[in-house]
Formats: sequence, C-alpha cells, structure tokens
Amino acid sequence: MTPAADVSIVSTGTANLASVVAAFGRIGLRAVIARTPDDVRRARRVVLPGVGAFGAAREQLRQSGMDTVLLERLQAKEPMLMICLGMQLLARTSEESGLVGGFGVIPNVVRKLPAGVRLPQIGWNRVEPAEGMQFVQPGYAYFANSYCFTEGAASWLAASSEHGRPFIAAFERGTQLACQFHPELSGAWGEGLLARWSAAC
Amino acid sequence: MLTRRIIPCLDTRDGRVVKGRQFRDLRDAGSPGGLAAAYDLSGADELVLLDVSATPDGRAHALDTVREVRATLRIPLTVGGGVRSIADAEALLNAGADKVGVNTAAIERPDLVTELATRFGRQCVTVAIDAARDGDRAWRVFSHSGANATARDAVEWAMEVEQRGAGEILLTSIDRDGTRSGFDLELVAAVSERIRLPVIASGGARTAEDFFDAIAAGADAVLAASMFHDGDTTVSEVKQYLASRGVEIRP
Repeated sequence: MTPAADVSIVSTGTANLASVVAAFGRIGLRAVIARTPDDVRRARRVVLPGVGAFGAAREQLRQSGMDTVLLERLQAKEPMLMICLGMQLLARTSEESGLVGGFGVIPNVVRKLPAGVRLPQIGWNRVEPAEGMQFVQPGYAYFANSYCFTEGAASWLAASSEHGRPFIAAFERGTQLACQFHPELSGAWGEGLLARWSAAC
Repeated sequence: MLTRRIIPCLDTRDGRVVKGRQFRDLRDAGSPGGLAAAYDLSGADELVLLDVSATPDGRAHALDTVREVRATLRIPLTVGGGVRSIADAEALLNAGADKVGVNTAAIERPDLVTELATRFGRQCVTVAIDAARDGDRAWRVFSHSGANATARDAVEWAMEVEQRGAGEILLTSIDRDGTRSGFDLELVAAVSERIRLPVIASGGARTAEDFFDAIAAGADAVLAASMFHDGDTTVSEVKQYLASRGVEIRP
C-alpha cells in the first residue's frame, strides 16, 4: 500500500472486501487493502470489516499480527470503522465462540438473537441513534447477522434496532464507529454515513 | 423491525439480461449495469444476478458483469449460476458479490453448503431451490436450471441445507416461473413454516397483490424478474402498495 491511500481496509481473510472498496470509491475515496501490521500503523483511516465466524476471524488477526496494532489504534482512539463481525470483535467475548476472547474494548458479551424470529437476520432494519451521535442518523440499514451486542457500554454512544429483542445497531466514540449493519450496502443512507465518518477523520 | 425485501432478479447469459418462460425460450431484456442502477434508485432492497446458462453449458462466471454491477450498486448483490466450489464462490465475492447462490452443485454434493458456510459465514450462502409440484402439497427439487428432476422433496431439502449452514433459501416454483399467475403460496408456506431461515419467494409474480400474498404466506422477501423488466410495475409502486396493506417495508 502507499501512504496516499484514503482508507485502509484490514484483510481478515474471511471477509468480502470488494463491496467496501466500491462504496468508498463512490464517495471519491481510494481504499486499499491493509495486509500487514505496518500497513495498519501507517494508515489514516482503518476499516475492520468482517463476515464469517468470530473465532476464525480472531485467530486470523492473531496469526497475521494485526490484533496488537488494532488494539493499539482502538486504545489510542484513532479513526476506525468496524463493520458487522468487526464490531463484535470489540467485545470481551461472544456466545458464538465462548473460549475465544475479543479485543475487550467493550466489556460486554456478544449474544445470539432470540428464538421466535428468522435467523440469520437478513435485510433492512430501522436504526435509531442516541442523542448526540455525530455519524449515525435515523433510517434503514442492511443487516446480515445472528449475533449482536444487546447492552450499551460506558463512553460509547449507541444506536438501537430490534429483531425479536432490542439490540445495538451501532456504537460511536469520537472518530471510532462500530456498525452491526453494513453501511457499504445500505443505499444512500449508508453512503451518507461513510461520508460523514470519512470527513471527520 | 426487520422489513420485507423486494428483490429484482437479473437472469444473465453472455453478459446480457434474459428472462425465460418456465426456464425455456430465453429472450433478451437489457444490460445488467444499467438495470442494476435503475433498480437501486427505484428502491430495490437487494439484487440477484443468476447466470442461467452457466450450469447446463458449464460456462465460466460472468465476473465482469459482477464487477460492472458492483461499481454502481449500493445495495446487496447475490450472484448464482454454476457455483460448484469454494474457489468459484471466492471469485464471485472478490468481484463484488455479497452472497453466492448455489443450487445444482449443492444437490450433487451437499457438503458444499457446509464448506461455503465455514469459509465465508452462513449469511453469505443462499441456497436456491427450484421446485415443481409432485402431488398434493408435495414438491420435487429440480436441478440444472429446472431441467432434471431429483429424488429430493423440497421441504426436506430446505430443512437439510438449514442444518448444513445455509443463510437463506431462494425458493422458485418452476410451475409458476415466467407465467405471471402468482406465487405458489402453498409451497412458500410449506417451506417457511418448517425452517427458521429467511425465505425468498420466486416464480409467478404479476401484481403487487401477489407480493402481499407471498408475504402473508410466510415469505421474508419476494423476487421477480419479468414484471419489473417489462415495466408492468415498479419496485416503488409495489412497496407503496405493501405499505398501504400494513407490511413493513424500507421506504
């Protein structure tokens, strides 16, 4: 990668990155794939995407040495966007893989969505931001998940949604934004969110 | 609350959009990139791209078509047709698909569903089931774009792929596909009652009321091709109608 990149997307080995790259391209930003810890260290804006399983993604980040540098960025409150599983990796741990810990930046446990609703949750759901959120606005976002945060966390503002139970749709803290939904697939609403976050970083 | 999805489907062959009548007599209906952008603007919730010729002809995937569509499309893209391996799926995902659809290859080797789910996550794996009536409230699974009957029962197959790691079911009635005589509502109900996965109903849409009926029968999403391509109605008109009937949709 070159220092001139606008956005650096962390390769987790399991995620589909093309949609994220394309979404930033549509708002005029050049996104590249960050493959090494040094790529992440030099980056201006870092995106941690993720589909797949919690345990496998965590292991991949550990093997590539990405976990240390990502945790440093998180603790230093440098600009980061975390998407779907990328958001869940902030947790202490997840019901999806009980023995594997996350970054622990948010001390909660990621829970499975409850019985009685379709799983995975696939589709567009209403998002309601807390007062004072700078990036997330009310609207509809595209979700594809079976697990989620169910409780707020100190020092993070939270947007909420509902599928069988209320859950956290997004967390914000300064220029760090974590989305359970996929902003890169959430139409004009998602494009606006990416543009606001990029402009602030 | 999770909204019901309206999903236009582009059946493509050689980089062009075609749409058949009961999977036969394919005719040409326009360029994928142009149609995809138009559907995004008209309020489509997702787009499905099926290379209908891929399985019978062993044709290579239309990766260029996927790249062209992805560049402008701001909503999820599912791509199917001839996906036989992890490598096939990975190439489509790298080109810009968000989900891959598998059909014939999963019937021939059901472990493929598990392998795809393990590698990419189950929300990435759409299992397409083409089913035709075979007696009273019984449906048989067909492979190879509807050409070959299998020994499988459609409801049992849906339950099996759920266990194997599918993320959703794209359920097409071969009897209704291209006929514009409405969805096979009994098929939609039979499958969606027995699994927890989201079910996309497909085959036979003619009016907005058909969409309402499919949702009332249990579909989480409804898919149509010719009724949108031919301009009989638009996605936004269908959504307005559904909202007027009390269905939660993304405005």
